[in-house]
Amino acid sequence: MNATRKALAAGLAALSLLAVSACGGESESGSTDEVEVFTWWAEGSEKAGLDALVKVFDEQNPDLKFVNGAVAGGAGSDAKNVLQSRLQNGEPPATFQAHAGAELTDYINAGQIEDLTDLYEEKGWNERFPEGLLERLKQDGGIYSVPSNIHRANVMWANPAVLKKAGIEANKTYDSLDAWIADLKAIKAKGIIPLSIATDWTQVHLLETVLLADLGAEAYNGLWDGTTDWGGSEVKAALEDYSTLLSLTNTDRQGLDWPDATQLVIDGQAAYNVMGDWAEAAFQEQKKKLNTDYTAVPVPGTEGVFDFLADSFTMPVDGPNAAGTEAWLETIASDEGQVAFNKAKGSIPASTTADTADFGEYQQTAIKSWSEDEIVSSLAHGAATSVNWLTDITAAVAKFGSNNDVAELQEGLVEAAEDNKPE
Amino acid sequence: MSSTVPSTARRPRRARGRIGGHGWVAPVLLILPTVIVIGVFVYGLIGSNIHTSLQDRHNIGPSQGFAGLENYRDLFTDDDFIYSLRNLLLYTATFLVGTLCLGFLWAWLLERKARGESLFRAIYLFPMAVSFVASGVVWRWLLNNAEGDRASGLNRLFGTLHLDFLQNPWWTNERWGILAIAVPAIWQLSGYVMALFLAGFRGIPEELREAARMDGASEWQLYRHVLFPQLSPVALSAIIIIGHMSLKVFDLIMAIAGQTNYTTQVPATQMWIEFTRGDYAKSAAIGTILLVIVAILIVPYLVSTYRQERRR
Repeated sequence: MNATRKALAAGLAALSLLAVSACGGESESGSTDEVEVFTWWAEGSEKAGLDALVKVFDEQNPDLKFVNGAVAGGAGSDAKNVLQSRLQNGEPPATFQAHAGAELTDYINAGQIEDLTDLYEEKGWNERFPEGLLERLKQDGGIYSVPSNIHRANVMWANPAVLKKAGIEANKTYDSLDAWIADLKAIKAKGIIPLSIATDWTQVHLLETVLLADLGAEAYNGLWDGTTDWGGSEVKAALEDYSTLLSLTNTDRQGLDWPDATQLVIDGQAAYNVMGDWAEAAFQEQKKKLNTDYTAVPVPGTEGVFDFLADSFTMPVDGPNAAGTEAWLETIASDEGQVAFNKAKGSIPASTTADTADFGEYQQTAIKSWSEDEIVSSLAHGAATSVNWLTDITAAVAKFGSNNDVAELQEGLVEAAEDNKPE
Repeated sequence: MSSTVPSTARRPRRARGRIGGHGWVAPVLLILPTVIVIGVFVYGLIGSNIHTSLQDRHNIGPSQGFAGLENYRDLFTDDDFIYSLRNLLLYTATFLVGTLCLGFLWAWLLERKARGESLFRAIYLFPMAVSFVASGVVWRWLLNNAEGDRASGLNRLFGTLHLDFLQNPWWTNERWGILAIAVPAIWQLSGYVMALFLAGFRGIPEELREAARMDGASEWQLYRHVLFPQLSPVALSAIIIIGHMSLKVFDLIMAIAGQTNYTTQVPATQMWIEFTRGDYAKSAAIGTILLVIVAILIVPYLVSTYRQERRR
């Protein structure tokens, strides 16, 4: 019986431990000088960017305390799941990271984030960011986040040495996809991979640039607001081009992620790669020089268009520390914050007033395009559509990758648009 | 067997209830924490999951009302979900047949007192100690679908051995891709089935074999009429254990093919995708369907085990 009593005591002790730890969790969010910033920037250049940003924030707000709420893993999907359970339990962080644009739709519809239009007015941010961007950020007439950085999605990376081997001029420019495809076929005939690609989301990325190239910026924008018909012949022609391009890629795409695909170009095994300009970091890390070891130009047919995606920060409804949130957003919007963050992360500032004189060579070209080009929203990275829509498109594209049925792909895309189109 | 141990019934009973004077208080107190915790975190959440699956709740906002069985109807009319169920069926069948055949073969070899038995036993059992995620990372490379010059992993091996015709796209094949995922699963769990069968073999008294041989049974007859019947409970356990693991397959696919890959879709990966996009009702409906499938396999087994124990 003594043993029984001991077991009972141990059981009770374990239970009470549980209770104590549960209480411990609640008392944390009491103090108001803490600003918890929720991101999925946990490693690499993203972590470096966040650290640089925190330094600026600490200088600007010595009396506030930054709390890192980063959740690693799954390219943000793990963080989004954690975030969602916190929002639903009424325990939002002071601010959280999200892709700028339509990806915020669900948060807005669920009443989880605040409209920042008044804050933009009050702080004069409307003058700091390009009008094209503000237009793309607006949802139902309001702006719900502050962009911290800009990436360009429609970039074509090439290896000049490989092109030379295939008998193609290094700096050859193409004004349409058709001209490019003809050369890609010539490269394939030489036994070189013409275009490298990786797993499903990079295929969505390629599809988006093909749609942009074939439809043009206006009709491409129309895909997202319902004025362009997904079932039409223009989209069909673009999908045929996409199908042709996919047949000119490496066969082992499903097993690779984007760094592997970019590496094929760096190593000279593939001629071209279409990837966002975060790929620049991969070339830099390996000490490659722009325009000698590699070239980076807009995808053929998308010259003069900047297919943008951006990270941004929001103000959750009923946040623990509204003043702290505002201070963080102000740091994000400030020139110091934009410069410090983007220099470390390898992207470019969203604001046009930031001093970018000592940014890298590639970044300079992107900054120039950013202020001059027409701005459109990226599909694969949350700017153009809601999460739901993108998930449906990704499923259709992934299916196409295994059965190569263009008609079924178009059907899937039409269905995705019908299910998710904003009213 | 029960007739051989009548002594337990006659053992003198202990005086009842030293704690609190009532016989049931102490035992109830002891199991109460478990009952509460399991009640809340298992059955309570199953109930809550079923409740969610009946709602009209397809984004991160609150439920838009009661939807009845509509989510289930949508799923069973969705080609992609049917495809993933078909994948699951193919995978489970391959996984079961593979592990049972290999496991039995190894157990049979070792049972025949092969030399170095303990070494082989360890080697066969060892893969089980690796998590599916860890082995998935390795198998992702082994099952790389590049062919020709860029081949790596098994395709490269085939190329080097001049067996190029064996090179294949593995898990990226639309029709049979899911079977490639069963390969690492079989590799990992066959040793466990072997251990089960080996224990089964060892549990058969030597006297039975001797008696059979005395009666002139051939080796085949010995297996057919004496050993196999004794092993059937072991085989049943193995089927249940492997079967329910197979139905829950998720980590291996996530590690090898990733969540969005079409050819390796199974209900569990679809459930994850739906959950991540905030379609909680659909995700919960897939979860409930998975639970029902596993229950169809397990509940009859639990009932029969319970009955057997009652009989003892």
